[in-house]
Amino acid sequence: MKSATTKNLVFNNILTMTHRNLLKTLHNPDNFSDVIMQPVIFTLLFGYLFGGVIAGSVHAYLPMLVSGILVQSILNAASGSGQQLREDINAGVFDRFKTLPISPIVPLAGQLVGDIFRLLLSGIMALITAFLMGWRPTANLPALIVALLLAIFIGWSTSWIFALVGLIAKNAELIGSLSMIIILVMTFLSNAFIPTKTLPHFIQTLVKINPVSLTITAIRTILKTGHWSSNATMVFISGGIIILIFMPLTVFIYRRRR
Amino acid sequence: MSKDNVIQVTNIQKRFGNKTVVQDVSFTIKKGEIFGLLGPNGAGKTTILRMITTLLRQDAGQILLNGFDTLTQSRLARQQFSVTGQTTAIDQDLSARENLMIFGKLNGLASEAARSRAIELLTDFDLVNSADQTLATFSGGMRRRLDLAISLIGKPSILFLDEPTTGLDPRTRVQMWQAIQKLVAQGSTVLLTTQYLEEADHLANRIALIDHGQMITVGTPSELKQQVGGMQLRLEVTDLKQVPQAQKIIQDILAVSVHVDERTLIALLSNTGMQSASKILDQFQTAGIAINNFAIETPSLDDVFLKMTVGKN
Repeated sequence: MKSATTKNLVFNNILTMTHRNLLKTLHNPDNFSDVIMQPVIFTLLFGYLFGGVIAGSVHAYLPMLVSGILVQSILNAASGSGQQLREDINAGVFDRFKTLPISPIVPLAGQLVGDIFRLLLSGIMALITAFLMGWRPTANLPALIVALLLAIFIGWSTSWIFALVGLIAKNAELIGSLSMIIILVMTFLSNAFIPTKTLPHFIQTLVKINPVSLTITAIRTILKTGHWSSNATMVFISGGIIILIFMPLTVFIYRRRR
Repeated sequence: MSKDNVIQVTNIQKRFGNKTVVQDVSFTIKKGEIFGLLGPNGAGKTTILRMITTLLRQDAGQILLNGFDTLTQSRLARQQFSVTGQTTAIDQDLSARENLMIFGKLNGLASEAARSRAIELLTDFDLVNSADQTLATFSGGMRRRLDLAISLIGKPSILFLDEPTTGLDPRTRVQMWQAIQKLVAQGSTVLLTTQYLEEADHLANRIALIDHGQMITVGTPSELKQQVGGMQLRLEVTDLKQVPQAQKIIQDILAVSVHVDERTLIALLSNTGMQSASKILDQFQTAGIAINNFAIETPSLDDVFLKMTVGKN
């Protein structure tokens, strides 16, 4: 009975903290302008610049591009978690949270649950932009939603990695620029924007073992055929493993008192 | 442990690398006291406070808050207090009311209770008119008041204030002092750090003087002042040529040496000080010595501070 009330309390506290983060985001729309702009600009840019070269036409390129942009923009939105945590810590707000009689997971979980909003927003923007450019999903609506949810799930699990980085690194701007570079390399060295056949051999190997490629392939299959492939299961399990490792690790680092 | 001891700190120590920043500090604070940790910048006040508020772990020693150990019972210890830091730790993107509501809920209040407590505090701290503006429009003093209000939302029995008035204008400082005194009148116990002697003198029932991580002395403000010495006479002679004559008169009457600094003469007064003082004034009048200034002073905490920490910084 007692543990049930405790759990209830933790849950309520996380809700409160999530509410705080959503309020913060809504009061300050600058905080999510990046997750709206990036998918729109990248879809337009890549679609019109490379569509002809890579797939013969913009229209033919879009089915491939849309899953690449979806994953890229969601990873980008996920990287914001670390930066926002660091900003809160530097502002001293986290010291205040730490002295509250609440579970140490609450401030972190509140941030990360609130960040799902950013992930959702950036995912939807990617899909809408592609739709406006003429892309039509070949699978049905439930499949589309499943693809979006899978992308958000994998984005959310990686946001725990970024959160850990945010706790360890001291400089918010450094976290921002480092994450951007890592995401650019990871997404360009994948099957996000190009057919991998034309690549040199060793790059092909890199692309194949890149987890981003795996994720994109899984999402591409769902969007194209509506089928949940074994790839998708693997992506789902990997996401779960990342959360299982990084959530406790992040909480541990957060609780550590020097 | 006596039941009255709300805060009990026993021989705590803290090292950062090779540097000992807090060494063997002990004190106890009773219910309803305002206890001041006074010391220059870098003396270790904030480190001590961070250990007491469970943000840092001491290397040795024990801290009990209402009997709860900060290391082994940290969650229970945290329920006993609330802390206002050196920098205002509030969300700039939220309004005053939202900040209060959120911390109210995190302190275990239900929505409705958090709402009414927020209104209560906004009224107490004179923030009602700006309750729903974002903090960007707030002055430094308003932010501090809100910061303190947030600390009070859970009605903590212990309140820690880390330099609560640093950087505030004199008027706002007095407002903060009044707010703190009101809290204590309602039964809270306050531990504050400050580098302002005036503040410690004005607010604290007892003061611990901290320098280089060590506690140099502890006592009531008047006890500390007594350690420095009694009252002193300070006067300024109008005509520089009359200074030697004035010096001789004071010396003859008080039978102590007189410190001369240009026109200013300073001498220690014994208990018969008042009578001697009027005698001095009489003789000055007879001798035709005009004075600009005449004062009998008790030593300030400044004197205590300078005497106790002298030569170490």
